[in-house]
Amino acid sequence: MVNAAFDIKGLNIWFGQIHALKEVDMDIRPNEILSIIGPSNSGKTTFLRMLNRLNDLHINFRMKGRVMFGRSDINKMDIETLRRKIGMVFALPLPLPLSIFENVAYGVRMHGEKNKNRIAAKVEDALKRGYLWEEVKDRLGESAFKLSGGQQQRLCIARTLAVEPEVILFDEPCSGLDPISTAKVEDAMLKLKEKYTIVLVTNNVKQAARVGDRTAFFLSGELIELDKTDKMFTVPRDKRTDDYISGKFG
Amino acid sequence: MVVRKVKEFIIEKLILICGIASIFFVLLIFLFLAKEGLAVFKIVSPSSFLGGKSWYPISEPPQLGILPLILGSAIVTLGAAVISVPIGVGCAIYIAEIAPLKIKEVLKAGIELLAAIPSVVLGFIGMVTLVPMVKNVFHLPTGLTALSGSIMLAFMAMPTIVSIAEDALYSVPKTYKEGAFALGATHWQTIWRVMLPAASSGILAAVMLGIGRVIGETMAVMMITGNSAVIPQSILVPVRTLTATIAAEMGEAVVGSEHYFALFAIGIVLFVISFAINVTADLFLHKRQ
Repeated sequence: MVNAAFDIKGLNIWFGQIHALKEVDMDIRPNEILSIIGPSNSGKTTFLRMLNRLNDLHINFRMKGRVMFGRSDINKMDIETLRRKIGMVFALPLPLPLSIFENVAYGVRMHGEKNKNRIAAKVEDALKRGYLWEEVKDRLGESAFKLSGGQQQRLCIARTLAVEPEVILFDEPCSGLDPISTAKVEDAMLKLKEKYTIVLVTNNVKQAARVGDRTAFFLSGELIELDKTDKMFTVPRDKRTDDYISGKFG
Repeated sequence: MVVRKVKEFIIEKLILICGIASIFFVLLIFLFLAKEGLAVFKIVSPSSFLGGKSWYPISEPPQLGILPLILGSAIVTLGAAVISVPIGVGCAIYIAEIAPLKIKEVLKAGIELLAAIPSVVLGFIGMVTLVPMVKNVFHLPTGLTALSGSIMLAFMAMPTIVSIAEDALYSVPKTYKEGAFALGATHWQTIWRVMLPAASSGILAAVMLGIGRVIGETMAVMMITGNSAVIPQSILVPVRTLTATIAAEMGEAVVGSEHYFALFAIGIVLFVISFAINVTADLFLHKRQ
């Protein structure tokens, strides 16, 4: 199936003795927002970090199964190329210890762009698409740590956009943000899905309902249910999904 | 009850005395140093002491210019820094970032071992191996040169630099590294553009403390730098450092003579230099937190 951004078959992941993901089969479609929900230790973050192979940093990490990104197996791709095509935004806003401008320019430079004008243009473009440009255009030289939490998170989104990825992974991007900043980040996501495929891991079930086209529910390392968001939130097929989204546990 | 209270009281006071004693001794040392050292300025002015080009303390009248000694210390220290900083920081990066767990353990133990070798032993080894080597490689009349001292001292500064720099790199938040990786950075790009800048203040502190160790070192330099108190024209000539001068001449200086006072004044100069370096290192370390 070529029109899937990701096609995942028989995925198992272990960290040492811990079986973190069990026999997961699923696909992720282009230009959709796929929300992943589930209680802590359900394997949802592990799943996300598998997609850009960030789990490889873990010494005891082991993986079985086949994960296709477009037409290529992620484990056979050049890891830097893979990670450039699959951007990631972390739970805590994570500016590098550099200025606002340099935070965004970092990735652009790293991938070989040397022309100053082109770098500046790309930074501006990325900040606009991250809905941050208006707020920072007069102080690009300041340290990124001076921005508010929500601004820092949108800076991280802009930084990810600047390297022109195809997929963006969000790992609980709003867990440290207030409701207004959260709304801004969600707005940004909804607009971004026109150009990008988005995978969103969230602890906030309501957020999944608000922005997700489809939603996947993980529990103890198993994929319990994957369906259209409105369907899952109205008539879930599995009792455990129902219990989780109605707040009976988790 | 009363017995217990008395006991508490006595223990508290004893600990207080221990605390005060350490400050008291430092103060005493400082006072003594100042009293004996500053006396030399009755004979020579501070500028001709620090800037004077000849050190002939037992000629008549004595010439007490320590510029050759300051330059001797400076050239040996600079040479040692040039050698030990790149190697030390490189080693720290390897240990903190690249080495597999087992190699990491071995390297760390090895570096601690290097720190445990007494300086006189290092000096002795340097004298019989390094000095002839320097002599042959550069076709010099003698291998007892500033360069030999620099190389030897670089070995002594290395453990300090490596362990503190490694610590600084290790304490860079893991999230920085993941952030850079997630953007598609290679391992080296991550180290160079993210890890090193984030750890820079700790690494600078490591370098300063390493240099502090080099400036204060006496035994090994005295054994292999040739001890000639002239202004060095290159790194391949014998020099004499501030520390070696005190160690070599204190035994023969008559108590209360000009020579004796001058040696204490050198002590003050050394004290000021070390103090400045430690304060700078402290400032960098502080910035980190």
